[in-house]
Amino acid sequence: MTVPSDQEVSDTGDRVDTVTAELVRFLTARTGRAWPPDTDLFATGGLSSLFAMELVVHLEQTYGVSVRGTDLRLDNFRTVRRMVALVDRLRTGEPGDHGA
Amino acid sequence: MTGQNATPDAGQRLAVLGAGVMGTGIAALAVGHGIAVSIIDVDRGRLADATARVDRQVRTARLMGTLPPDVRPGPLDVGPSLTDVPTGRTGLTAVVEAVTEDPYAKAKVLTEVSALVTPGTPVVSNTSSIPIDELARSVARPEDLVGSHFMNPPYLIRTVEVIRGPRTGPHTLDAVRRLLAVLGREPVVVEDAPGFVTSRILHPMINNAVRVVAAGTASVESVDTLLQGCLGHPTGPLRTADLIGLDNLVDSLWVLHERTGDESCRPCELLLTKVRAGHLGRKSGRGFYHYEGDL
Ligand SMILES: NC(=O)c1ccc[n+]([C@@H]2O[C@H](COP(=O)([O-])OP(=O)(O)OC[C@H]3O[C@@H](n4cnc5c(N)ncnc54)[C@H](O)[C@@H]3O)[C@@H](O)[C@H]2O)c1
Repeated sequence: MTVPSDQEVSDTGDRVDTVTAELVRFLTARTGRAWPPDTDLFATGGLSSLFAMELVVHLEQTYGVSVRGTDLRLDNFRTVRRMVALVDRLRTGEPGDHGA
Repeated sequence: MTGQNATPDAGQRLAVLGAGVMGTGIAALAVGHGIAVSIIDVDRGRLADATARVDRQVRTARLMGTLPPDVRPGPLDVGPSLTDVPTGRTGLTAVVEAVTEDPYAKAKVLTEVSALVTPGTPVVSNTSSIPIDELARSVARPEDLVGSHFMNPPYLIRTVEVIRGPRTGPHTLDAVRRLLAVLGREPVVVEDAPGFVTSRILHPMINNAVRVVAAGTASVESVDTLLQGCLGHPTGPLRTADLIGLDNLVDSLWVLHERTGDESCRPCELLLTKVRAGHLGRKSGRGFYHYEGDL
């Protein structure tokens, strides 16, 4: 499911809720487990670190963002909430901690 | 990402033969350390998406924080033979052979490459199981040949099993140590034998795990969970099998079986059935588990 970047959402709160719900659904479908937004996906007994790259690609394809430079680090993908924050920052074009 | 603005590490250049699971992984490790890489494969389908597969693995390595942050990626070029790529065959730091685990395929490619490269260029085989001295029969200069068994994925696993064949020259061993240091890997040097250390232990163990599943003693998930939870195995043997590629595992088990006579190395029927069905593990999307995404 693709959400075009020009699709209007009333405010940041709604947008964040939408992305959160979509990511929780995606993770549940792909792993067969429920992932509350603050659960560390890669802690012991969690997902394989190789799955993290699938998350990067999923975010890029679904939300039309590009994860580059120092944004490309596991900590940004560790929980649903962190991924939502990253997507929100990249979509609103806020200057983040983009590195070389 | 690759091929732009590159500042290759002190002019180092690698040729990687084989654009499969390991060839692209080793290329990603090198590119991510600023080294120029030419990747060669006879299968044009493999070549077509080799750059994309290397790029994706460079990104994975960055994501996992296993590449030096301040190094620009080395340039990558791909081609059907060493004579077709711009970086060519001279001035190479080393050639890394990562073609199919088939003694005949390796003999052919090693004969070709050793006739092409400058004498003294280390030829490094990534074979899982074939004794280096057996491969040395196919090269012009056995002293230039050494085994360097990168684990999968090469950019996440730091330790590399280095195999000194009986005829491997000291200059070649030194050169491979220097290369691994540039790549941030830690070598453990061992002597030559079928399967060396890691495959000789791991591959029959995985084969036995598959036998346990085939016998109905436990499910795939239960075997992996027990080996992880009780024995500290990082992923479980069946997930490891899917990561390796079941076709490669079967090839390696035959190499071991033929050279040791050890019946625990005879690939079990369930493994052979899966390979015949094209269920090769992660790389084909299905093995003991199902996968999406093509890592
Ligand atoms: N898969 C693993 O986990 C793993 C780990 C360590 C070592 N190895 C070893 O690395 C080597 C490669 O394994 P892989 O898993 O990448 O296999 P793979 O099947 O994914 O790739 C092998 C590639 O070699 C190519 N090839 C065959 N003949 C060639 C030739 N003459 N010239 C150029 N390319 C040729 C094939 O087209 C294919 O793309 C094998 O020796 C294997 O035993 C594999």
